Amino acid sequence: MNFAGKAIPHESARGHVTGEALYTDDLLARFPRVLHAWPVLAPHAHALVKSMDASPALAEPGVCTVLTGADVPGEGDSGVNRHDEPLFPAEVMFRHQPVAWVLGETFEAARLGAARVRVEYEPLPAILTIEEAIAAGSFLAGPARLARGDVSAIESSPLRFDGELAIGGQEHFYLETQATIAWIDETGGVAAQCSTQHPSETQEIIARALGVPRHRVTVECLRMGGAFGGKEVQANSFAAIAALGAWKTRRPVRVRLTRALDMALTGKRHPFLARYAAGFDLDGRLQGVRIAFYSDGGWSLDLSEPILWRALFHADNAYCLTAAELTGYVCRTHKTSQTAFRGFGGPQGMLAIEEILDQAARRLSLAPELVRERNLYKEGDTTHYGQTVKDAGRIRTIWEQVKSTSDFDHRRREIAEFNAVHVHQKRGIAITPVKFGISFTATSFNQAGALVLIYRDGSVQVNHGGTEMGQGLHTKIWQIAVDALGVTPGAVRVMPPRTDKVPNTSATAASASTDMNGAAVVDACEQLKRRLAPVAAALLACDAAAVRFAGGFAIDSGNAERAIPFQQVCSAAYLQRVPLFAQGYYRTPEIYFDYKTGRGRPFHYFAYGAAVSEVEVDGFTGDYRLRRTDILEDVGDSVSPLVDRGQVEGGFIQGVGWLTLEELLWDAQGRVATAGASTYKLPSWSEVPDVFEVKFLERAAESEVVLGSKAVGEPPLMLAISVREAIREAVAAFGGGGAVTFASPATPERVFFAVARARADGEAAAIRLLGAARQ
Amino acid sequence: MQFQLNGRCVSIEGVSTQTTLLDYLRGQGLTGAKEGCAEGECGACTVLLVANGATGSTYRAINSCLMFLPMAAGHEIYTVESLAVGGKLAEAQQALADAGGSQCGYCTPGFAVSLFAEQYRSGRVGPCDPHELGGNLCRCTGYRPIRDAALSLGPAPAGAFLDRLSRPAPALKRVAYESAGARFSRPGTVEECVAVLAGNPGARLIAGGTDLGVESNLRYSRWDHLVSLEAVAELREFTDTRDYIRIGSALPLTDIAPRWSGAPEAFREWLPLFASPTIRNRATLGGNLATASPIGDAAPMLAALDATLHVAGARGRHSVPLASFFTGYRRTVLDPGELLTAIEVPKPLPAFTRFYKVAKRRMDDISTVAAGMGMDLDESGRITRARFAFGGVAPVPLLVTAAEEAVRGMRWNQSAVERVQAVLARTLRPIGDHRGSAEYRLAVALSLVEKFRWEWQEAAA
Repeated sequence: MNFAGKAIPHESARGHVTGEALYTDDLLARFPRVLHAWPVLAPHAHALVKSMDASPALAEPGVCTVLTGADVPGEGDSGVNRHDEPLFPAEVMFRHQPVAWVLGETFEAARLGAARVRVEYEPLPAILTIEEAIAAGSFLAGPARLARGDVSAIESSPLRFDGELAIGGQEHFYLETQATIAWIDETGGVAAQCSTQHPSETQEIIARALGVPRHRVTVECLRMGGAFGGKEVQANSFAAIAALGAWKTRRPVRVRLTRALDMALTGKRHPFLARYAAGFDLDGRLQGVRIAFYSDGGWSLDLSEPILWRALFHADNAYCLTAAELTGYVCRTHKTSQTAFRGFGGPQGMLAIEEILDQAARRLSLAPELVRERNLYKEGDTTHYGQTVKDAGRIRTIWEQVKSTSDFDHRRREIAEFNAVHVHQKRGIAITPVKFGISFTATSFNQAGALVLIYRDGSVQVNHGGTEMGQGLHTKIWQIAVDALGVTPGAVRVMPPRTDKVPNTSATAASASTDMNGAAVVDACEQLKRRLAPVAAALLACDAAAVRFAGGFAIDSGNAERAIPFQQVCSAAYLQRVPLFAQGYYRTPEIYFDYKTGRGRPFHYFAYGAAVSEVEVDGFTGDYRLRRTDILEDVGDSVSPLVDRGQVEGGFIQGVGWLTLEELLWDAQGRVATAGASTYKLPSWSEVPDVFEVKFLERAAESEVVLGSKAVGEPPLMLAISVREAIREAVAAFGGGGAVTFASPATPERVFFAVARARADGEAAAIRLLGAARQ
Repeated sequence: MQFQLNGRCVSIEGVSTQTTLLDYLRGQGLTGAKEGCAEGECGACTVLLVANGATGSTYRAINSCLMFLPMAAGHEIYTVESLAVGGKLAEAQQALADAGGSQCGYCTPGFAVSLFAEQYRSGRVGPCDPHELGGNLCRCTGYRPIRDAALSLGPAPAGAFLDRLSRPAPALKRVAYESAGARFSRPGTVEECVAVLAGNPGARLIAGGTDLGVESNLRYSRWDHLVSLEAVAELREFTDTRDYIRIGSALPLTDIAPRWSGAPEAFREWLPLFASPTIRNRATLGGNLATASPIGDAAPMLAALDATLHVAGARGRHSVPLASFFTGYRRTVLDPGELLTAIEVPKPLPAFTRFYKVAKRRMDDISTVAAGMGMDLDESGRITRARFAFGGVAPVPLLVTAAEEAVRGMRWNQSAVERVQAVLARTLRPIGDHRGSAEYRLAVALSLVEKFRWEWQEAAA
């Protein structure tokens, strides 16, 4: 009986529901004399800091000190690659950028102190939109380029059109805001409890700021209250501030952002602008496509470059682009530095091609699903960057299955009947596919380590490099380790990642953490079993090759009656001086990419899925309701079905939020205009479809991955494109045919005006028809 | 000042008047309640309060981030840490865990508390209602497993928590609390309130705290003197007579619906849209009106019902029509020493009423445009009363009386709609902001008149 593959609740579920599961800031009461940090916020989107006088803050009761650039013993910069993120900037690059931090005995004292720091600024002109950045040539990176075939095919196609799609960003809104507590530990090192997806990098940035070797710094992440990419690099600067404060004051320092600060200071999903031209034949087959992507990177590079590349890699979604020219720039604007967010540029790339396919369908008066279907990858196809689409046949299998289980064709007819008799409410249904490449496109990140410790009583501690943010990684690692060692679930304890257990880890990101850390854990467990087998064989009086570990026993596979408890084997192994700990390691095989030629195999494999969604739009208001969604997702052989279902459903709803109600806005002064829970709305109960069917593709083992499973963290987010397309279908029903366009997200306001345009177009079309008939 | 926390009496001294219950709990090591937004939107800070409902005592889920600690005086409060008894999870907790209802787990204690309250809600029949968890946001799960957990729960199990509900909630007493020069008082009568307010311009009235709590947490407003209305019985009364309905200004919204059996459609549509259940457990009509937000949802709904407001002050008591209550952006006719005591809705109610709320999110959002509408026709189908009231289209909530004048005596047909729209197009002066453009606000307000007529027609058919 395997533990992996069982639908078990999250390993911390009990701690979650009782409140006993601890998060970084819950540790506060364990740190007597802790200081609280509050930033001094710049009131300009772009300005020079002319002078700063911190002394008035020190007069505020309860203020301990003010951290400025003078307090940095090392390098005061948290920019990971380019070193372009000064912690105490001389030039303010976005509104509310911290220019100093006040440490106080209470949060309130620090805040009041920060208000009293006198800073003189010289305001400078700011660039606040992608269009302004393009006009000013303000780019952080680019051009990136991927191309294949002859795009002059566009010009010779029977259907040609061009256009532009503005794609809004998204606030992560992890429920737990950025948090770090740092202190000087018992050995003179610096320790930090940090809500970070990348403890090793947080360690690196702290060491950099303090000017100490990394061995002096230990970072641990207990668990995160959500991250979604928002703590992949963005936790680092706040952790560095906490560490600098602890270094200066020798007291524990807590940096915890309020929601308002978190939304004002931290990066978001990149807004994108896609300008495109496309050519199709009259059957809706794509002949050629040109897309220029411009992402809004904000003030510093962050991860914008690989995010842009992932948009280019995913501008095919699940469709074969035989002739394509895809280019991209990262725009530098005076805004928060946009960062990783579930999908990592992939969603924006996919949204562009889905927009193009829908427009082709409406211009050709073909059903959008037909045009999509005709362009799907087939077995043997290669992508526009030259990678063979492994298991491409699954795309069509999934497509057909979910169409059938959702009763798509029948419901489409029913909806047409509904729409024929309803003037003010229209329904729409749409199906969209997802193909998502799994691996970090930065090849070196595709490695993972583990440290498995067996104690003499047979209990096991599993350490690995991945962080837990709710995605269920530790649950899966637990299941994998239990089976790999053949012990009972209670024997294994999965530890929170710490940089002194497994060094040089990669970010927990790119959906690949189970693939990589799971394989590393298996590697360690296999080594241990190889060492334990001879010990067990001696006890069982059998051949070492015949020893099997299962259910907490070492078993003679030649005689299943003969078994001894795992604990006994461990205890014997210790006495025989057999080491009971092992390191495991994994590197993803056969991945490479040449950015110069735009050719390679950047992905280990692809995750597939498809969704059918149905909506009803109210023409009076532009309001809409998600009536039903059916999803079929390829998760391989699921390690943890309950966890995987949670990822699919949660990712989908998060995608629905991005594409519908989550509207991220900046005002003309560069302020985040939607910097709070009351102005920036996450999906709530009202966004859950009335009927929500999620199924996994059966017999879908992925041979190259641990236990035949597949990555599931990011791909389902993009299934939400089906909702945007269903809304478009419903809007179209208000009119008389022709293209329907609206920017993303599809807020009720945008839908309202799209309905108005569709109706006007419909009337114009009717008038044209009447005119033609009269002639 | 004292209150009951997880079955034990705790005394508070020297804590500032605006310290939140949440911060206090976390400082005591009760870190199950979390801060997710500090404005009552996310519910990660939810705790239970024992309250007297319409049919006996009940557990109410409330936002501990919006309750100043002195407001807890005399209350009986339970946190998530107390729900599991003897190591055995409460059914709500077990159901959430089993269903996969937690991923990152940060919002989960709040969900567990809300679901617990729902399971013990008096008069509930059948499975738990997931919509009662509308005050809790989850960023991970997509809610489906939480919905299933709620639907899997039956009646509250026997035990100490159920037994507790056989006794009434603690009676709230007067409170006088002072810390670091700031005061908190809880008078027992309207007259005492008036006396406290007299000559005390630094005093702020507080009912549920769902607005002032946000102002304190997000805008860091600090007040010399908070005057709680929670112990004034008169302000929590509900009276239903032949001629009118009268609702105490400080009666929590949750307590109105079960008492107002003949509530009009507009009210029933308004209630779930107004705010989350957690907020409604504390928020009051008086607070929503007196804060005079142009996007407060109570005003357009009540204006469509011809509501009148009762006021008490140093000069005695008087009443004012809601339609003339607002004098400007965030300003009302109330003098500094006055308070709202009740909202009165005259009978007969308009025969056909509707409330519309246009927002980015369908539930628990702040209105882009809100509208309350009411209509009476005589036997010949001519309009005798027509009410068109809006929020979000002017600096104040607006009852557009000119719209009624334009159509009174007409039939309720397309040309009447167009006349109303013509008046509205002249009268409404919306602004554009992050909730919606000025064009959208105006266009959708006009469109809602059409929707109102269409629904009237559908209802007649």
